[in-house]
Amino acid sequence: MCADKKVPLNNMKTGESGIVREILGGSGLFRRLQALGLRVGMQITKKSGAFLWGPVTAQVGGTQIGIGHGMAAKIIVEVKK
Amino acid sequence: MRKVLLMGNPNVGKSAFFSRLTGVHVVTSNYPGTTVEFTKGYMLIGEEKVEVIDVPGTYTLEPTCKAEDVACEMFKEATKEVSFQGDIIINIIDATNLERNLNLTLELMEKNVPVILALNMWDDTKHKGIHIDIEKLAKWLGIPVIPTVAVTGEGFAGLIAEIYKARTPEVRKHSKLERWEDIGKLIFEVQRIEPRRHTLLERFQDLTIHARTGLPVAALVAYLSFKVIRFIGEGLIGYVSEPMFNNFYTPLMMKLGVWLGSSGLLHDILIGKLIGGEIDYFQSFGVLTTGLFVPIGAVLPYVLAFYLVLGILEDSGYLPRLAVLLDNLMHRVGLHGFAIVPTLLSFGCNVPGILATRILESKRERFIASTLISIGIPCAALQAMIIGILGDYGGRPVAIVYGTLMLSWLLLGFVLNKILPGFSPELLLEIPPYRYPPLRILSIKLWWRVKGFLKEALPIVLAGVFVVNLLYFLGIFDFIANITAPVITGLLGLPKEAVTAIVIGFLRKDVAIGMLVPLGLSVNQLVVACVVLAMFFPCVATFSVLLRELGWKDMLKAALIMVITAITVGSLLNLVL
Repeated sequence: MCADKKVPLNNMKTGESGIVREILGGSGLFRRLQALGLRVGMQITKKSGAFLWGPVTAQVGGTQIGIGHGMAAKIIVEVKK
Repeated sequence: MRKVLLMGNPNVGKSAFFSRLTGVHVVTSNYPGTTVEFTKGYMLIGEEKVEVIDVPGTYTLEPTCKAEDVACEMFKEATKEVSFQGDIIINIIDATNLERNLNLTLELMEKNVPVILALNMWDDTKHKGIHIDIEKLAKWLGIPVIPTVAVTGEGFAGLIAEIYKARTPEVRKHSKLERWEDIGKLIFEVQRIEPRRHTLLERFQDLTIHARTGLPVAALVAYLSFKVIRFIGEGLIGYVSEPMFNNFYTPLMMKLGVWLGSSGLLHDILIGKLIGGEIDYFQSFGVLTTGLFVPIGAVLPYVLAFYLVLGILEDSGYLPRLAVLLDNLMHRVGLHGFAIVPTLLSFGCNVPGILATRILESKRERFIASTLISIGIPCAALQAMIIGILGDYGGRPVAIVYGTLMLSWLLLGFVLNKILPGFSPELLLEIPPYRYPPLRILSIKLWWRVKGFLKEALPIVLAGVFVVNLLYFLGIFDFIANITAPVITGLLGLPKEAVTAIVIGFLRKDVAIGMLVPLGLSVNQLVVACVVLAMFFPCVATFSVLLRELGWKDMLKAALIMVITAITVGSLLNLVL
């Protein structure tokens, strides 16, 4: 059995789920994500990733969120194997 | 007077809630951040009249973006007054999304104001297999909790009964972390979710957000919207407005014309020139003939059709998806995906569109968005007239006008993005689930917008037609035509009289297009004139909004860009066609 891996949200595969482990970047980003219900410890599922550095969409709790590519790169998710 | 403040996250059905309580207009929509101005209404509780204030949606009382700033300011304003006595807050939350919504609830409770909690969209919890123990929730929070369905009115009698009983809750101040921890514990206690399979709607939801399937769907939606708008617009003109004008109004005006002596200054101003002894609503140019026909007969049908389709797109929840899909493209022109909302609004009228650019974060974005809107996005009135005079020549000329505008929008955005310092911030938004647009909200909003159009446009069109007559009479147009002839004739290939239309374009663009008709232009000349008119300079209403939103320095910059772009593109078109 292989260990769980930590990847940024933008590198997850579509349909993959995991637990948010870390949000890099400043408190501004942290607060904006938190307001939308995206916090460390939450279960997150990647719904789609647009091609060419486009935004990522993800499901957190009951909310679907569109997140810019750069922001998504700062959200570190532990993906279940 | 007592006040009731409606507060909640975006997309919780707050507009439907507001209109259910007050029965009056709403302008909010199913995407975050568009209600920059708040709405007020009144309701009766027993004998007492109470003021209801619809505060824009916010996720938190510690603002993290522009749209939330407005909501928080309003909350402070309303609660700081000494008069905040017997006033209450109704916190509306999406019952299917309890956890995220409760954050604002706790924040509100900590401000020591009486709060009632409305668990809206209660019916959806049943479909989604969500069970919430209301009694436990109410006990834990210490405030009244009432399940509601704003669209049908379920639970409202109970809610109103609670308004007088509301008390300021006792809560300890939480740190942010503690708040979320508490919510987590609470959710564990009161909510149970049955596992279930994906519904068809959710599958469709996924389909419209994936890049590979979403973009074709978006293209289809755009095509269908255009078709539907044209179908409704043309249908209304052909079967309603034209027959009404021709059968009832024309005879009346002919009689009035005879009574006025069939000639003379007053006749020419009110009725205008008769074409072959008849009133021609496009060419006569009297205040009572063309002046009334253009806004009501020719433009209103399209305005109605456009706002109907826009309302459906807004309230179904499609626009945030479009924002995500187009985010890439929008970044190329210095904006981000959400700027699609003000841009789409501008296809109706540039004024609300430019107002809506307030939701964009940086000054740079607002400048780019406003400039691009003024240049590349024709309003419904302008489009109705363009289709009205070019539609007879088949699809090609209309397509050239739209294609040129779109290309100019893209290229100019690309250039502005390259030369203006700064960058465009990244997209971050909630994508609400698809919902059936409540008919009640759709019709209220449509009525409100159409009324707004008539109130804004009618007086200016009438004044515009009057001014045209006056300027002709005083010979001022000849003077301007002679000065500007080198540009108009030399570069754009139009007869020098066409400048009159461009001058009047400052008042109203639809009237200006109407002025092209008597000039007997060729199709290609009409195309050039339409494009130049659309891009050249904003109408007076848009101008004043631009001035207010950008300040005079940036406004001058924008105006300069518009004039240069219009003349360049017009000259190029003249060469190519």
